[in-house]
Amino acid sequence: MYSFEPTEEQKMLIDAVSRYATSDLRTAAHDAEENKELPPKLISKGWELGILQASIPETYGGFGERSAVTGALAAEELACGDLAGALAVGTPGLFALPVLLAGSEEQKKQYLPPIIAADWKPYTAALIEPYFDFDPNDMKTTAKAEGSDYILTGEKTFVPFADKAEGMIVYARLGNETKAFIVPKGAAGLKVGEEREKFMGLNSVPFFKVTLEGVKIPSANLLPGDFSPVLAASRVAIAAMAVGVAKAAFGYSRDYAKDRDVFGVKVGQKQAIAFMLAEMATEIEAIRLLVWEAGWAIDTRKEDASQKAYLAVTGAIDLAMMVTDRAVQILGGHGYIREHPVELWMRNGRGFATFTGLAMV
Amino acid sequence: MIDFEIPEKIAGTRLVVETVAVNMMRPVSRYFDEHEHEVPWDYINFMHTATKAMGGASMAAGDGKKEGPHFGFQRLAVMVEMLSWGDAGIYLDTPGGMLGSAAVSATGSPEQKERFLKRFRGDTPVFDAMCMTEPQCGSDTSAIRTSAVLDKAKNEWVLNGEKIFVTAGHKAMLDSEGFIVVWATIDSAAGRAGMRPFVVEAKTAGCQVTKMEHKLGIRASDTVSIVLQDCRVPFENILGSAEVVTTDKATTGFKGAMATFDATRPIVAAQAIGLARATLEMLKEMLAERGVTIRYGLPRQKLSSVEKEVIEMEIQLRSAWWLVLKAVWMMDNGKPNSLESSMSKVRAGDVVNRITQKAVEIMGPIGYSREFLLEKWFRDAKISDIYEGTGQINRLVVARQILGYRSSELR
Repeated sequence: MYSFEPTEEQKMLIDAVSRYATSDLRTAAHDAEENKELPPKLISKGWELGILQASIPETYGGFGERSAVTGALAAEELACGDLAGALAVGTPGLFALPVLLAGSEEQKKQYLPPIIAADWKPYTAALIEPYFDFDPNDMKTTAKAEGSDYILTGEKTFVPFADKAEGMIVYARLGNETKAFIVPKGAAGLKVGEEREKFMGLNSVPFFKVTLEGVKIPSANLLPGDFSPVLAASRVAIAAMAVGVAKAAFGYSRDYAKDRDVFGVKVGQKQAIAFMLAEMATEIEAIRLLVWEAGWAIDTRKEDASQKAYLAVTGAIDLAMMVTDRAVQILGGHGYIREHPVELWMRNGRGFATFTGLAMV
Repeated sequence: MIDFEIPEKIAGTRLVVETVAVNMMRPVSRYFDEHEHEVPWDYINFMHTATKAMGGASMAAGDGKKEGPHFGFQRLAVMVEMLSWGDAGIYLDTPGGMLGSAAVSATGSPEQKERFLKRFRGDTPVFDAMCMTEPQCGSDTSAIRTSAVLDKAKNEWVLNGEKIFVTAGHKAMLDSEGFIVVWATIDSAAGRAGMRPFVVEAKTAGCQVTKMEHKLGIRASDTVSIVLQDCRVPFENILGSAEVVTTDKATTGFKGAMATFDATRPIVAAQAIGLARATLEMLKEMLAERGVTIRYGLPRQKLSSVEKEVIEMEIQLRSAWWLVLKAVWMMDNGKPNSLESSMSKVRAGDVVNRITQKAVEIMGPIGYSREFLLEKWFRDAKISDIYEGTGQINRLVVARQILGYRSSELR
């Protein structure tokens, strides 16, 4: 039966996450971006909301069930505060959720409890590769079986917290399939870039290039499950974050339009601006529903869940760009000044086309 | 709980309607497009019998249940989407109550509902229509000049004025014992506060159908002008209160119209979605026949231009459909939905035009040819962004709500 209303439990989660996102993440975002560092306390506070913990079953140290819809609701709120903060808080999920979704029973028992029980720790994942036509289903990083080991070779980019990572999931092509491998800290041949990567946005999160020069790992470190559900889950999370960034930009520019005087009225009273805002709001609402649908398709194990997640993230990529660009435009010159957050959201917004696999919520 | 599963009851209805769309609409689509003003009676009679057999009377009357989950508007949206997938013009010939009934349902008293809607349960198909637009005003409905004056001696309203662009007006007034809902002012000094809908039944003296329009698309549907000349209707034919309340700028009459729009806009949006889906499905079939398959899942950098277009269309279509369903779901659940209702109309109007225009472009000479339906659907689509509030008017409605402006603050 159709319903577009979150459960009471989900509403409580949204409230809690939203409070943290707006009063903590949003407030800290400007300085964090300029200083290129998120205060560790800020990340811990976000971790203590227990979003990841609530999506891991008790058997593995958590206290809930994984739901892509609930994840999407939380991801949207987090990213509405600050995308960089949202990604940092969620980074351990990049390791934990693939294990949950594609790992064997032993792997779940071995790897999940230490991540979930402890404070926030930099567990991470390496998916994106530094090529313009990077395709998660056709990786250039390869895994080759050699006796009872796998040898990983390739180049990765956009790996958050790689320098201090306690553990890393590395995605690589094995035969014709993409597979996930657990690479332990300090594995021989695993080279983390000496300097942080520099991007247009997300400067408060330390990202690194990672080179795998014939990294040898035991075959027990291969996650046996399919990559497709992992990719779908990640796409839904990224899409939800794109909706969150769009929501932030819409809200800020709407408030600005109601406050800014022009020709004796408020700028929001001009149809040229009001119609832009109307379209932004409509687009956000529409794409949000598409993201929820994809999450729902995952949760209810629909066959076309992957395709729905692909459509959702593709729509959300355009949404984030369209809305953040218009927000900057509505603020005019002020939108271009870094005192206002909209230019940062626009920089972050463009990144969604690149961010495949950067979020698992 | 967020749920995108179609309710079983509605899924059953949808299946039945699909059969109708495939067997009774598509085969005659082209014929009725090329023979404007001919009436698809086979379809009409079939739909009348079928609707009666399924226990329904008026498509727009909701399910009338007092308890339990309400599906009325959700079912209606799903049905309309499918009928419009069959043919957007012929769909408008569906008997059994459309916009006029929606107005009666939304603003009428229980007695009025019984009196005006029971005709749809009779042996022959009956139609209704909504008369809002006038020669000098379309979207600016507060400029309506048609007047209604109360003749106290006879306790009758006397209507005078001219209405244009009345969808199905011919069928409502001349081809059946139907009715029209006429928007008129009972106090021209009161502006919007003086606006009221009146039910005018077929064969009422002083009410005449004067012109049938020739249109770009939806040619299977009649669009007429109606002149009201000292047209008298009983006092009880007014929908809503006969008193004009102007305190606190209350615009009761106009709000009546708006309440109707909350119900009808998502339905018109559903019509747009059905047409857009038909187009996208046909486009994909035509492409597949020519060896073009859509490779979902690839990064954009690896997709062909046509693939990108099709994927984009799918995103637009799907997300717009959920907006429609959310708006009707809210309606069924008694949640105020005028924001979502207008949003769904804005979005669906955009989407159906973009999809039909692109489909004709992508298919080149095949798209432009009258041998196929793509060009017809392109023409049919345009109306979705015009009637029941143009895209611009609906943007205004959305903008006022998100900005918290009254109509005087955002004109």
